[in-house]
Amino acid sequence: MNLRVTGLVKRYNNIAALDGISLQVQDARTIVLIGPSGGGKSTLLRVLAGLEMPDQGSVEIDGEPLPYSEEHLIRYRRGIGIVFQAYNLFPHLTALENVTLPLVQAHGYQKAAAQEYAMELLRRFQLEAHAQKKPFELSGGQQQRVAIVRAVAVKPRFLLFDEPTSALDPEMTAEVLDIIAELREEGRELILVTHNMGFARKVADHCLFLGAGKIVEAGPTRQLFDEPQTAELREFLSRVLKY
Amino acid sequence: MSSRWSALFFARRKGNGEVLPRYGRSVAAVIAVLLLAAVFTFAFARLQYGWDWGAVYRYRHKFVIGWLVTLAISASSLVASLVTGMCAALAQRSLFLPLRYLGKLYIELIRGTPLLVQILVFFYVVADAFGVGNRYAVGILTLALFAGAYISEIIRAGIESVGASQLESARAIGLTRRQTYRYVIFPQVMRRILPPLAGQFASLIKDSSLLSIIAVNEFTLNAQEVNSFTYSTMESYLPLAVGYLALTLPISMLSRYLEGKYRYES
Repeated sequence: MNLRVTGLVKRYNNIAALDGISLQVQDARTIVLIGPSGGGKSTLLRVLAGLEMPDQGSVEIDGEPLPYSEEHLIRYRRGIGIVFQAYNLFPHLTALENVTLPLVQAHGYQKAAAQEYAMELLRRFQLEAHAQKKPFELSGGQQQRVAIVRAVAVKPRFLLFDEPTSALDPEMTAEVLDIIAELREEGRELILVTHNMGFARKVADHCLFLGAGKIVEAGPTRQLFDEPQTAELREFLSRVLKY
Repeated sequence: MSSRWSALFFARRKGNGEVLPRYGRSVAAVIAVLLLAAVFTFAFARLQYGWDWGAVYRYRHKFVIGWLVTLAISASSLVASLVTGMCAALAQRSLFLPLRYLGKLYIELIRGTPLLVQILVFFYVVADAFGVGNRYAVGILTLALFAGAYISEIIRAGIESVGASQLESARAIGLTRRQTYRYVIFPQVMRRILPPLAGQFASLIKDSSLLSIIAVNEFTLNAQEVNSFTYSTMESYLPLAVGYLALTLPISMLSRYLEGKYRYES
């Protein structure tokens, strides 16, 4: 995908979470956002997800500008898949219903067709046995996998992940990361915020390092990890890779 | 010996939970009933009162009619109050600000004034001005407005208890605001507000007795009339207690049943 961001500013109570971000990424398959907490990576992802409207600046994805009105943003969000850190699923619905809800309500599927299609996807991701369970009956990793199935089910243009494993233990993290890697192998385009540097390095072809609401360094992932140019990134990497 | 007895009466804390003794629940329930019965038996035994159920029994049809009217009024105002409460709760979240303040004003006025005054004002002033003469309709509407104010606060608290992450998930999958309310918020709200709602409905049923002051032919009015015909005060009013209990107990039992049925952890 081609991503072009110009002069993006987003403030919360006069504190700039994004402080004039400009960037251009060409032909990226997987973009990963890294950086310290509070550096603005989640905010940038939320703007790209159409969940947050920037105060200034513009975003263009594959030549199409991000819309500014809520009605158009709804349509935009329907076309992409978003997976959050945790608590994605609706607790009163079963795993299957969680997947079919957007299909029926936002994508015009008939109920029976949506169920059949959702079951097929759940089967593919080894979640068939959990289709009739409510979220509280599932492990964190299973919940997150169902959330990914829900995001994939709508055949999105691309998928956004906001720290999808930071609420999970290592074993569950692995099962979720496996799926994300699998989606990448399928050729899906992903944008991902993660603290998991090993994974970032493995799947992403493009990497953005954000700090204090600005892009500090950007480029091919390998280059950023192997030859960091800025002191900030060197320090960040030495800190997160220490243990 | 004493430890065996106390073990029967006390629940034990275990971690965050509790362990009940084997027959503890039934034994405790029986003891509670016996205690209460003992107090009332004593009190009634001391009463110097010439019981005369016969005089009241001759007017039994009045109790039956009054009870049925109360049942009908309660059921209608119950439904109407739910609708009113839902509208007021949504009005308070409306983007149209005058509507929001109308909602707030309504709730403050209704909750801050006695139902008795509301009934009199609505019947003799408002309904009269608008040419509504049917005291039953006015009674039902007044009760619905009254209970609706409380119910709207219950619903509003319920809506606010649905976490921001749920709303965000709903937006992320592209649901409209209306769809979010219908498929995400309300199903969760309904389950959470059942207990306070049941309490409110029980109050509503008892509050309907105040409609007797505008001569709605309900349960309490009939009991008052029987009392004035027979001068048998206790015999006229005790059936009232039983009759209202027969209406309110099923509601709290139904609420408990539904609560158990819809249980899920979030």
